[in-house]
Amino acid sequence: MSEMIEPGIWQEVASPFCGIASDDITIKVDGMTVTVLENADPIVKAGFETPITDTSPRIKGNKASLEEAISFITNAMRESSQSVIGGMATDLNGARSVMALADKSNSTIDHMNSDGAFRNLLVLQDTGWMNTTLTEVRNRVDLLLVVGSDIESSFPRFFERMVWNKESMFGQEIESRQVVYLGKAPSGNASTSPQGKKAQVIACDDNDLPEVLSVLRALVNGRQMQADSVGGIPLSELSTLAEQLKQASYSVVTWSASMLDFDHAEASVQMLCETVKDLNAETRCSGLPLSGKEGDTTANHVSAWQSGYPVRTSFNRGYPEYDPYLFNSQRMLADGEVDTLVWVSSFDINRTPPKTDATTIVLGRSGMIFDQEPEVFIPVGTPGIDHAGRTFRTDSVVAVPLQKLRDSGLPSTFDVLTAVEQAL
Amino acid sequence: MVMKLTGGRVFDPAHGVNGEVRDIYVHDGRIVDPPTDGKIRSEIDLRGKVVMAGAIDMHTHIGGGKVNIARTMLPEDHAADVVARTELMRSGCGHAAPSTLTAGYRYAEMGYTAGFEPAILPINARQAHMEMHDTPIIDKGGYVMLGSDDFLLRMMAANDDQEAINNYIAWTITHSQAIGVKVVNPGGINAFKFNQRKLDLDEQNKFYGVTPRDILLRLARGVNELGIPHPLHVHGCNLGVPGNMGTTLDTINGIEGLPMHMTHIQFHSYGTEGDFKFSSGAAEIAEAINKNKNITVDVGQILFGQTVTASGDNMRQYAAHPHAHPNKWVCMDIECDAGCGVLPFKYKDQSYVNALQWMIGLETFLLVEDPWRIFLTTDHPNGAPFTSYPHLIRLLMDKTFRNEVLSKLHPEAQKVSHLASIDREYSLYEIAIMTRAGAAKLVGLADRGHLGVGGAADITVYTDDADREKMFSKPDYVFKDGRMVVERGDLIDVTWGTTHVVKPEFDNSVETALKPYFDRYHTQKMGNFKISDDEIVDDGRGSLTIQPLHKGGAL
Repeated sequence: MSEMIEPGIWQEVASPFCGIASDDITIKVDGMTVTVLENADPIVKAGFETPITDTSPRIKGNKASLEEAISFITNAMRESSQSVIGGMATDLNGARSVMALADKSNSTIDHMNSDGAFRNLLVLQDTGWMNTTLTEVRNRVDLLLVVGSDIESSFPRFFERMVWNKESMFGQEIESRQVVYLGKAPSGNASTSPQGKKAQVIACDDNDLPEVLSVLRALVNGRQMQADSVGGIPLSELSTLAEQLKQASYSVVTWSASMLDFDHAEASVQMLCETVKDLNAETRCSGLPLSGKEGDTTANHVSAWQSGYPVRTSFNRGYPEYDPYLFNSQRMLADGEVDTLVWVSSFDINRTPPKTDATTIVLGRSGMIFDQEPEVFIPVGTPGIDHAGRTFRTDSVVAVPLQKLRDSGLPSTFDVLTAVEQAL
Repeated sequence: MVMKLTGGRVFDPAHGVNGEVRDIYVHDGRIVDPPTDGKIRSEIDLRGKVVMAGAIDMHTHIGGGKVNIARTMLPEDHAADVVARTELMRSGCGHAAPSTLTAGYRYAEMGYTAGFEPAILPINARQAHMEMHDTPIIDKGGYVMLGSDDFLLRMMAANDDQEAINNYIAWTITHSQAIGVKVVNPGGINAFKFNQRKLDLDEQNKFYGVTPRDILLRLARGVNELGIPHPLHVHGCNLGVPGNMGTTLDTINGIEGLPMHMTHIQFHSYGTEGDFKFSSGAAEIAEAINKNKNITVDVGQILFGQTVTASGDNMRQYAAHPHAHPNKWVCMDIECDAGCGVLPFKYKDQSYVNALQWMIGLETFLLVEDPWRIFLTTDHPNGAPFTSYPHLIRLLMDKTFRNEVLSKLHPEAQKVSHLASIDREYSLYEIAIMTRAGAAKLVGLADRGHLGVGGAADITVYTDDADREKMFSKPDYVFKDGRMVVERGDLIDVTWGTTHVVKPEFDNSVETALKPYFDRYHTQKMGNFKISDDEIVDDGRGSLTIQPLHKGGAL
């Protein structure tokens, strides 16, 4: 567990701000000011250092007490005939409180990152996959294939921690690891090896990825191709890649579904996952979906164990109903089906609610700026800074404990939503 | 003030009570002596009723990563069994991979008051506890998985002494908040990561040179020397492979008399005789169990219908993937620690293999003589969902019913089984041993599974009925820690059970090796791996109960 090694200095702090949840961060806390001393990256730094500005709830823009705000929300939920609890950017107990309230208030739940998450979830529910986790990658990967994703922009320390680590459990020569990008090229040099070996890039447009991935799978399975090139990539390059994958002892195929932003990207994720399965007939190969931001992995986990389904589940009829299309909260809001939106966003001040005519209630990180002032705004604590908590990493397996680093007095999402649920 | 449960026929095998009419007094959640002042707050007339301790499921996959993968991947299975919210109960879903809330309610409605998750990966223990925390009414706990984790295999490859291994076992059980230790396909999950596709009892792991036999011996010895009451919980090599009965017999003989629990033994009792090259090894396995008093087993009975298999054994689950029904499946390698595999599966009564699996399970139940050493499980949900227990109890207690079901199964399978000729019918006393007294003893629960003074007042009351399925489906009353939670088969109160753990003693110097090991190789710090007591208590609903070790447990 992270601990205070001297007054105001915390070591081994875990970051809930990116899905790899690095927990080697050193933090200085001085009053309400938090500074990352060691192992900062842009996402961790912004995550921990965003200052507290609001400390008081507002109702229709006017300062209000927490009790008044809770009572306002309770009334709004009571009067609502179709409410959505969206955003869901919170920790374990925050997600539990969303579930309890949604169940009692007949709400629909969704997460702000669901568009990306469902590109993976639909594959899990249709054909499944063979995946791995971060420590396996760190110790075993000999070929990393990055598909359609610029990892370092969202997961800045991925390569440092999982690919270019100093040593492996099994005596692997780390420099011998190969990195291949298929689709997007990397935006920086995180993927370059310690001795300067650059990642191989096989570039193509996102729109060509579905076709490119189909051909790659065909080649992995030894099918003959008539075309000379696909998506602008010479077939020989894809044949070489297929051969590399077959020769590797423990290749890892990774992607960030939120970056596969094209229609029916789930079909491409499926193609990729099936390719991974095919490769396992002879050698080992695993997928590694990268996500876990804004608590999306946590939200889907808690939703699944409490209701049976991931988010995009409605309790409107008194029991859970799951439909990734019907209960997509953006669609519901856009089609005017929602009268009340509770938006939970406790990690990032920039993740504000979508524009809507529905009565909007925001449990947000202190410092949020709105285009349109919500009916109610409650600045809530950030898990891992203002209150203790737990969050799941991208691999859905490891959950890290989060500590309370300062005494800001901000309520947690769990405190607020549990109070509403009890009052209903 | 005291509650009196008057005049029931009590089945309390821990105290040798076999259907005698007794009064039971309850105070503050415990069973107490009759009050000396004679003052009774309330009295419930149980005359003519059957009274047992609350049932204990000693092997049920109710929480953790693979269970939640199963839930997430099976929306179509839930849709047929959604559960609406009531004034008392949260909504959820049932069948093969039920939601945590529904699982707790349904266990209680069946008279179960405890369930133990048998496959907690150390690195995923936090999640398993989160899910069990959200499972109402029943007590819970789990067995932490070792045996494919790099650290143990590394220690064994270096030929570290047993004391060092014991320290590591005790450290792991303590910081993952477990009550026992399990091993799954010993070393095999690890070997699969090195692309080994099978690992027999004496086959070496490519990297460490360690064999499953060595792993079993080291772990069984460690568990025993640490005084952990639950013997090493073993999911053996070669699960599901025709002919694996040989491996199972070798495993029994190879453990050198140490206590060992062999789980879902049905899946490990297959021969290769006959036209289908698939036959029952139940008789030989049962004979070995009868002879070796150090061995306990649970059956892992299969029942027909759709379910999902969720296992730590990704090597065997990968091999089984062509049988996934519907055709979707997940395998995972996990943190140089363990793995998992999840496959939906449909057992069909007109399949020769499935029909024979059903028969092998029942043969095992009926041929193992000592009910204190065999336990009633379906390896929920792998053989069938736990909600089928009343049906299974009827199969064990009612020969006519059993043979009626048998007569409808695949005809070739019927021909090769002796099941029809086995006359044994389990008695209520034997059922109480298997599901209460024996299970509590096996798991190491000093204060559960019995109705003696000082025991927890987890009590189930049934109406005697010749239709045992009906009888065990809907108890009249269930008391959890003295509170009535079920009345006439319906849930009337929701409580939150405790988490049972053991805290064996160990030398904390094990951390001088573990801390740098985590720093060098892992992606989580050792300190963040540990699950604090506070995490189990959590929002105040949870609690820890530390169960006693066997004498001589200290190092």
